[in-house]
Amino acid sequence: MSEFKQTFNSSLGKKLIMALTGLFLCTFLIVHLGGNLLLFKHDDGYAFNVYANFLTHFPPIEVIAYILYLCIIVHAIYALVLTIANRKARPVGYAVTASDNATWQSKNMGLLGSILLLFIVIHMSDFWYRYKYTSSVHFMEYRTDLSSGVTQAVEFTPTSPDFENSVQTVNNFEIVRVKDLHARVQTSFSQLWYVIFYVIAMVAVSFHLKHGFQSAFRTLGWVHRKYTPIVEFIGTWLFAVIIPLGFALMPVVYYFTRS
Amino acid sequence: MILDAKIPAGPLAEKWSTHKFNLKLVNPANKRKYDIIVVGTGLAGGAAAASLAELGYNVKAYCFQDSPRRAHSIAAQGGINAAKNYRNDGDSVYRLFYDTIKGGDYRAREGNVYRLAEVSVNIIDQCVAQGVPFAREYGGLLDNRSFGGAQVSRTFYARGQTGQQLLLGAYSALNRQINAGKVKMYTRTEMLDVVIVDGKAQGIVTRNLETGKIETHTGHAVLLCTGGYGNVFYLSTNAMGCNVTAAWRAHKRGAFFGNPCYTQIHPTCIPVTGDHQSKLTLMSESLRNDGRVWAPKTVELAQKLRKGELKVTDLKEEDRDYFLERKYPSFGNLVPRDVASRNGKEMVDEGRGVGSTGVAVFLDFADAIKRLGEDAVRAKYGNLFDMYYQITNEDPYKQPMRIYPAVHYTMGGLWVDYNLMTNVDGLYALGEANFSDHGANRLGASALMQGLADGYFVIPYTVGDYLAKIGPKPVDAKHPAFEQTKKDVEERIKKLLALKGNKTVDEYHRELGHIMWEYCGMARNEEGLKKAKGLIQNLRADFWKNAIVLGENEELNQSLEKAGRVADFLELGELMVDDALMRKESCGGHFRIESQTPEGEALRDDEHFAFVSAWEYKGDNQPEELHKEELVFENVHLTQRSYK
Amino acid sequence: MSANGMNLTLKVWRQKNAQTAGKFVTYKAEGISPDMSFLEMLDVVNESLVHKGEDPIYFDHDCREGICGMCSLYINGHPHGPKRAITTCQLHMRSFHDGQTITIEPWRAAPFPVIKDLAVDRSAFDRIQQAGGYVSVNTGGVPDANEIAIPKVIADEAFNSATCIGCGACVAACKNASAMLFVSAKVSQLGMLPQGQPERYRRVQSMVAQMDEEGFGSCTNTGACEAECPKEISLTNISRMNNDYFSAKLFRQEELHGQSHGE
Repeated sequence: MSEFKQTFNSSLGKKLIMALTGLFLCTFLIVHLGGNLLLFKHDDGYAFNVYANFLTHFPPIEVIAYILYLCIIVHAIYALVLTIANRKARPVGYAVTASDNATWQSKNMGLLGSILLLFIVIHMSDFWYRYKYTSSVHFMEYRTDLSSGVTQAVEFTPTSPDFENSVQTVNNFEIVRVKDLHARVQTSFSQLWYVIFYVIAMVAVSFHLKHGFQSAFRTLGWVHRKYTPIVEFIGTWLFAVIIPLGFALMPVVYYFTRS
Repeated sequence: MILDAKIPAGPLAEKWSTHKFNLKLVNPANKRKYDIIVVGTGLAGGAAAASLAELGYNVKAYCFQDSPRRAHSIAAQGGINAAKNYRNDGDSVYRLFYDTIKGGDYRAREGNVYRLAEVSVNIIDQCVAQGVPFAREYGGLLDNRSFGGAQVSRTFYARGQTGQQLLLGAYSALNRQINAGKVKMYTRTEMLDVVIVDGKAQGIVTRNLETGKIETHTGHAVLLCTGGYGNVFYLSTNAMGCNVTAAWRAHKRGAFFGNPCYTQIHPTCIPVTGDHQSKLTLMSESLRNDGRVWAPKTVELAQKLRKGELKVTDLKEEDRDYFLERKYPSFGNLVPRDVASRNGKEMVDEGRGVGSTGVAVFLDFADAIKRLGEDAVRAKYGNLFDMYYQITNEDPYKQPMRIYPAVHYTMGGLWVDYNLMTNVDGLYALGEANFSDHGANRLGASALMQGLADGYFVIPYTVGDYLAKIGPKPVDAKHPAFEQTKKDVEERIKKLLALKGNKTVDEYHRELGHIMWEYCGMARNEEGLKKAKGLIQNLRADFWKNAIVLGENEELNQSLEKAGRVADFLELGELMVDDALMRKESCGGHFRIESQTPEGEALRDDEHFAFVSAWEYKGDNQPEELHKEELVFENVHLTQRSYK
Repeated sequence: MSANGMNLTLKVWRQKNAQTAGKFVTYKAEGISPDMSFLEMLDVVNESLVHKGEDPIYFDHDCREGICGMCSLYINGHPHGPKRAITTCQLHMRSFHDGQTITIEPWRAAPFPVIKDLAVDRSAFDRIQQAGGYVSVNTGGVPDANEIAIPKVIADEAFNSATCIGCGACVAACKNASAMLFVSAKVSQLGMLPQGQPERYRRVQSMVAQMDEEGFGSCTNTGACEAECPKEISLTNISRMNNDYFSAKLFRQEELHGQSHGE
């Protein structure tokens, strides 16, 4: 065991942890974005709310979710530990430093990461915490006529405070009762400061991953003349453009189309 | 006094193996009872320190730089010779021996040179095993090239950085022994004297350059691997820190100085641009494999070029004089260094020099680029072309380079016998610091060979013989000689620090360099040498009155470091002049204008000068005493060198 | 530029020794020829200081042809000055313009303490090499050089890594003062060559351990080291080192610490 301890206490081991947690968070972003695209469905939040319900109630996903939270915490803590060590390695700074020997984002991962951490805290307290641990998110009932496929949404007030969700089929109607996270999203995205904060955070995601994704591969030692260009392509187009753009579009679209 | 070189008897090819058998061995269990001091950690010193530590001796190694990896061996570019005959082009140990003896203009010992050629093959094996990345062919085997003065391809190389790669190999071997605790490494530590106890070298006095602390160190043997003294010329291709101090201090303690006037002028260096110049940059002689050396045919054309009225690329083919190809049809641009250098100087003296100063000739790659393509030329010489461009701001792919000779290597050095021991018991000199293997002129790619041969394959055998004879009794650090030598060093430092005149040490150094280059450089004559002797004496006297040496001993004090080194150069310079005056013949790098063939080639006088001069120090400002070691040639026939 | 050359203002870090605090001192460098190297320009300044009886500026230097790795200097925010792929001794004054202010600082890193003025102690690099930067062969008794065939591309790539001059510019340039480019260059060189294989996984572990012990920062793949390296050592070396290190630590059982072979 001490062998592992020694490995992960080394500078390289800490970097390995950063890379692995970072890459795991990257894969999560793909899933997260996929789910969030359901917000663009004009179905009174039916698909989205079902999806949110699924994420919070399907046990294997819950396990993964906790791994995810752990990854965020570990990624942040190790970043802090490494940053402190790196600062210690240069107790006296330079009077003049050049800016043209490395990209801006590669030199400011800590700043970008801090913005992201702040964002994640606000984001999670706003949605995840309220959804899971408070009753401030109301319920919705979706009745789908199984013969016509038409879904109607009505508000639902559970009788028991412990109610979480239910699916029943009554008279050829499928009745799905879940928490209405969609409404919460609508409320949040109708506030300008919130939208701006979201967009800034997504710019931070873009820069963070522009450097971070390919950097993780370098740290893992996976550099190859044939495959590294592919990694860089994915890091740039998927993680630094498509994903942050996709996420940023949601608040913007919701803000401008709010009723 | 008769100097005994201790060359073993017997046939040439068997001398070294016979000698190795006859050398005494130190019992493995006893080896750890011996301390060996190694001063200098370049190829010779690094290799020696590592090899001796591997054998089990306790080694203390010293360098003035901040790390052993900085030693100036690192700057050697071209390559290292070895008689591997991988090319099947007729090479052999005997041919390498013969080429080296001939290239040295028959002023080296047959026995030493043969041994050098013999162990050359082991060096390559050793370096490859260490992980030195020599150039290879697509088949995976080692590549070779032909190199200055050789008609076979026996030079192994690592792009233009062979010295660096070999030194890092030796450095890695040294590091392994430091890690194992068998070598104690002292960096930023300069040796300032050698301690002689009852006629035996038993220690050194050093100054810690960071703190100024003067210390004594004991050892059963002292190995000086401290390089050459080319910086006596101020401008040379040597590193700024290269100095003669260790060797000179040993000389003043009784070690004879061999052939001090043999200095090598390298033909392909970047010309001087002005008085600010602090050193000269060499470009590998391998450039002459593909580059063609030329000067304008007439003085008028040269003048036009210098004034910028004519562009070099516009000069017609028939107006160019490829003087080396013209004068030496069979060797062409590949004549030995001394020949190429002297011919370049002749062009300049005739007024056919080029560049704004007029002190340069051209080295042209236009034909090579036409023949091989720019990419092929770039692959071979890219780093040299880049370096040239950095320094001169001229693109050698588009216009010819300008080159001029510069002091590069000193064949002379401490006199040593076949065992590499000086005439002082227990005091050895290895690599460029000794005089032994190159005669009056060193061939290209032979310096690395000699440094490593001495360090890896000669000294580990020969030092054992001496140590076995003296026995493993600990050296008495309390012997008054240690205290006395330390006091001498301290007094000299005090004397230097008391100098509060009006001229900087660098100014003296520059002036000495001018004298040496002018009168004791590429061509020498009696009148000039006599004049130089007086000038040096005056300069030295003036130095001890009017130099400025700032600061104190107990600090990092570059002023003091330089002053000590220049003071020694001021003494050495005079000895070089004496040696050049005494040697009334031309040989190799020593060209006496009075002694030349009708074609202007160096003319030896074998009847009177086939000897090694070994000078004995007789006290400050006293004439030194000359001892002669007659050179015996049993195998080669002395001929006039001809590269026609 | 006047006929007599350039006039420059130098802001130079002066520090008597490791124990005392340092500060910037301003000097005028006058009549500087564009053909001078940067160090020759400092020589000229020093000559005038000596004439005035002032302590000359101390800086490390030796070969002055870009190979010994002794010269350093952080010039206007760049190790070895603003030009790429050269050392300070190869930097010529034609890269500057008349009237320019040049700030000259020592390498800054905790494992590189200032000795005096612009010179720092880089012995940490030696200690890292001593920890394992070698192939354990004794002198003599090695096979013929051509018994080991090495593909040319491998030999060339190993050579590229081997060109490191140990100057420390990578550490100076890195915002984390990381030495990984330096360490990985040696790890890569020997790790790629067949001669280095027997100790490949041992070597990387001991060299990294020593690197950490010296107190260098860790790599964040900014690439500043590669950009500032006078020998253009590639960042890929660091990945190679990481790969070897993780293989050694996580997958190779014969390399467990303190055990010669798996039980």
